[in-house]
Amino acid sequence: MAVPVAFFAVFFAYPVVAIVGRGLKADGVWQFGRIGEVLSRPDILDVLWFTTWQALASTALTLLIALPGAYVFARFDFPGKQLLRAVVTVPFVLPTVVVGTAFLALLGRGGFLDELAGVRLDTTVWAILLAHVFFNYAVVVRTVGGLWSQLDPRQEEAARVLGAGRFAAWRRVTLPALAPAVAAAALMVFLFTFTSFGVVQILGGPAYSTLEVEIYRQTAQLLDLPTAAVLTMVQFAAVGTVLAVHAWTVRRREAALRLVDPAQTARRPRGAGQRALLGGVLLTVLVLILLPLGVLVERSLDVPGGHGLDYYRALRSVDASGGTFLVAPLEAIWNSLQYALVATAIALVVGGLAAAALTRRAGRLVRGFDALLMLPLGVSAVTVGFGFLITLDKPPLDLRTSWILVPLAQALVGVPFVVRTMLPVLRSVDGRLREAATVLGASPLRAWREVDLPLVRRALLVAAGFAFAVSLGEFGATVFIARPDNPTLPVAVARLLGRSGELNYGQAMALSTVLMLVCAVSLLLLERIRPDRSGEF
Amino acid sequence: MSTTSTTRRTKQLAATAVAAALGVTALAGCGSSDGSASGSGGTKGSGSKTVTLVSHDSFNASKDVLKAFTEETGYTVKVLKSGDAGAALNQEILTKGSPRGDVFFGVDNTLLSRALDNGLFTPYEAKGSDRVAADTQLDATKHRVTPIDTGDICINYDKKYFADRKLAPPTTFDDLAKPAYRNLLVTENAATSSPGLGFLLGTVATYGESGYQDYWKKLKSNGVKVVDGWEQAYNEEFSGSAGGKKAKADRPLVVSYASSPPAEVLYAKPQPTEAPTGVATGTCFRQIEFAGLLNGARNEAGGKALLDFLISKKFQEDMPLNMFVSPVTKDAKLPEIFTEFGATVDKPTTVAPDTIAKNREQWVQSWSSLVVK
Repeated sequence: MAVPVAFFAVFFAYPVVAIVGRGLKADGVWQFGRIGEVLSRPDILDVLWFTTWQALASTALTLLIALPGAYVFARFDFPGKQLLRAVVTVPFVLPTVVVGTAFLALLGRGGFLDELAGVRLDTTVWAILLAHVFFNYAVVVRTVGGLWSQLDPRQEEAARVLGAGRFAAWRRVTLPALAPAVAAAALMVFLFTFTSFGVVQILGGPAYSTLEVEIYRQTAQLLDLPTAAVLTMVQFAAVGTVLAVHAWTVRRREAALRLVDPAQTARRPRGAGQRALLGGVLLTVLVLILLPLGVLVERSLDVPGGHGLDYYRALRSVDASGGTFLVAPLEAIWNSLQYALVATAIALVVGGLAAAALTRRAGRLVRGFDALLMLPLGVSAVTVGFGFLITLDKPPLDLRTSWILVPLAQALVGVPFVVRTMLPVLRSVDGRLREAATVLGASPLRAWREVDLPLVRRALLVAAGFAFAVSLGEFGATVFIARPDNPTLPVAVARLLGRSGELNYGQAMALSTVLMLVCAVSLLLLERIRPDRSGEF
Repeated sequence: MSTTSTTRRTKQLAATAVAAALGVTALAGCGSSDGSASGSGGTKGSGSKTVTLVSHDSFNASKDVLKAFTEETGYTVKVLKSGDAGAALNQEILTKGSPRGDVFFGVDNTLLSRALDNGLFTPYEAKGSDRVAADTQLDATKHRVTPIDTGDICINYDKKYFADRKLAPPTTFDDLAKPAYRNLLVTENAATSSPGLGFLLGTVATYGESGYQDYWKKLKSNGVKVVDGWEQAYNEEFSGSAGGKKAKADRPLVVSYASSPPAEVLYAKPQPTEAPTGVATGTCFRQIEFAGLLNGARNEAGGKALLDFLISKKFQEDMPLNMFVSPVTKDAKLPEIFTEFGATVDKPTTVAPDTIAKNREQWVQSWSSLVVK
């Protein structure tokens, strides 16, 4: 418990409180009048309203589209399943500016929909919602699907034998077991979309603005810290409310479940209904995820006079980028991987310890801490980044120009994922198993290793995958952290896109494709870390 | 069942994971090329041989030139970049008094007043300042900042589009509001994008405080499209760029830079004999970028040497192809690609820095409510 608390206090609470405090204090006096002042502005209220409803709508839509996907990935075996599971996570790592490109090609003028049906969705709210589904599909599929694949199907079968209908059996047996994971996924999707920045800007156009965009403008552009502080507090209040609702709904829902090895629960689809479901999910993935990604790949190969690998070749040399970089763009892969590995290690240690502590203890304080750990997802990157600047400037913590700040900031976002994916599984481990092991003479550590670890390994890998992907694609915080000139992949892509010229554009597309590949391959490797089938528990 | 093999495997796995994590951390520590893993800013004490330049993301200098600086002065340059121009400057203001570096590069005339009012810089007159064009010296009496480069934010047009239709491309702000150019222009959000703001300031300079709103009403009824940032405007909406062509873009007019056409030539394979895009020279707003010695710099001597170097002929001539900006010193020659494919802007519009500082937010707000909402 001590490690996560300390980590959270030093790298999140302290910087954020400091920057908010600076905004609300003028000449040593707290100016709480500012709060009313800012909140009475109609434009701010509009922004708040839009932010909230688009996040709710995005969350609902994502659950609607992704839950069938979670079921299919959990319960069915089909060729290419692992590859597809990795691919649906790829959107997670793409810089929004690139995703904007892909979605405009689908929904915009002369895009896929336009050619097909004469419909244009760009600069509408639909474009924003669909892009949010694109980004967050994997969150639902991986967190809910991860648990679903470990639920024992025989329990539902037993209910059927006892006379329950198919739906009743699902509602009474499977749904209650899944509820915590679904709630956790919904919470994360909500927090992500609530603080959405690039998607709203690019696909919605300047007419749509979220709280996150306002905070960025007030902090980074106008340096109006008082207004930014009030907005940050509003963000806190909104996120806090959602966290409270979440905590209240999942309380008493988490019970010990019978978890089994995921490999036993998946089978080939049988019958027309199951095949149709599988087909439907695959079609959704194809249209919503593979098509936009395909657009980027196609553009990276589309060279003057045909198709070829010219842009990829250009990535290898410094000269082709004409001074955009001191190193060849391809070196950004190595930078990104380093940061991602360190960030994942930090997130797993901190998040794992936190999840273990939260499983062992109950009580109000612990529940409060659980909610606090979620906060980094709901706080703007610029607030944290600027908070770092004014707090981490004295030895021993003069980290303002240190490389470690990047993975630390990324781990802040990774920890909530680790906690949320591990917790439902850890809590469902039957305590009597541990007790039995202890009675048989196992030390606590050994009991954990023999009992908990095999059960949570799957969740641990899912969590690690998320932490890794978050770090790989993270852009917001890293931009504000000054660091020696070694760009990560998303930063390099953004730099290339920030320049005129066909070669730059082509290389940006090629590097985005490389980023996708790096992400997919990393996740596939993670999936491969599997012990041989352990038997019955 | 076969628990023993699982256990052994788990052990191995855990051990490998720990080793990997440790190894990576160590590697990452060595991996940062300048050994900044020690955590501090690298400038320790005044006798330090490192000078730290803080800048925005667009700063670039070629390796050779940075090496030349080290050979001449003995100082190694460490570059820290943090966000766009506005964000980078505001971070310096926040850390006023205990700066992360010695020199800040990249405060432009739209932000200059904010930097000066906050007392960010220690006055220093760089060696060779007499070669710097007089009209760029906006702090000539106190020398708190030194002009380094200039750039013009102008309308770019897609040559092919206008040639195909035998239509003359627009050249002035007035032209853009004419029916002949209906639905052809895309610009950026003045609230979040620096070229977007520059274009708005250009209209304020041209039509005055009283007239710029009417002008924007005309532009709006003439179908101007506003998108969020330069990347989107240029790469997705502008028919003259590579990205735009792939996206079937239909706007042949975009707010960009006077240096964009040379870039279109330089970054094309094979290089064309003529730039695919042109510049409407009567629609330009002049940006001037400055650098200054940060108050509380740990390596003041190194910082001064770096400022001298930034206006040396060597650096000034290296700059255009790295940052696509123009030199400020009279003795620096522009590369051929600029003289051949670039536009000369004789009379760019400007607005005094303190006027910008006073009115910027209000101008942007009224612009937003007119054009965006």
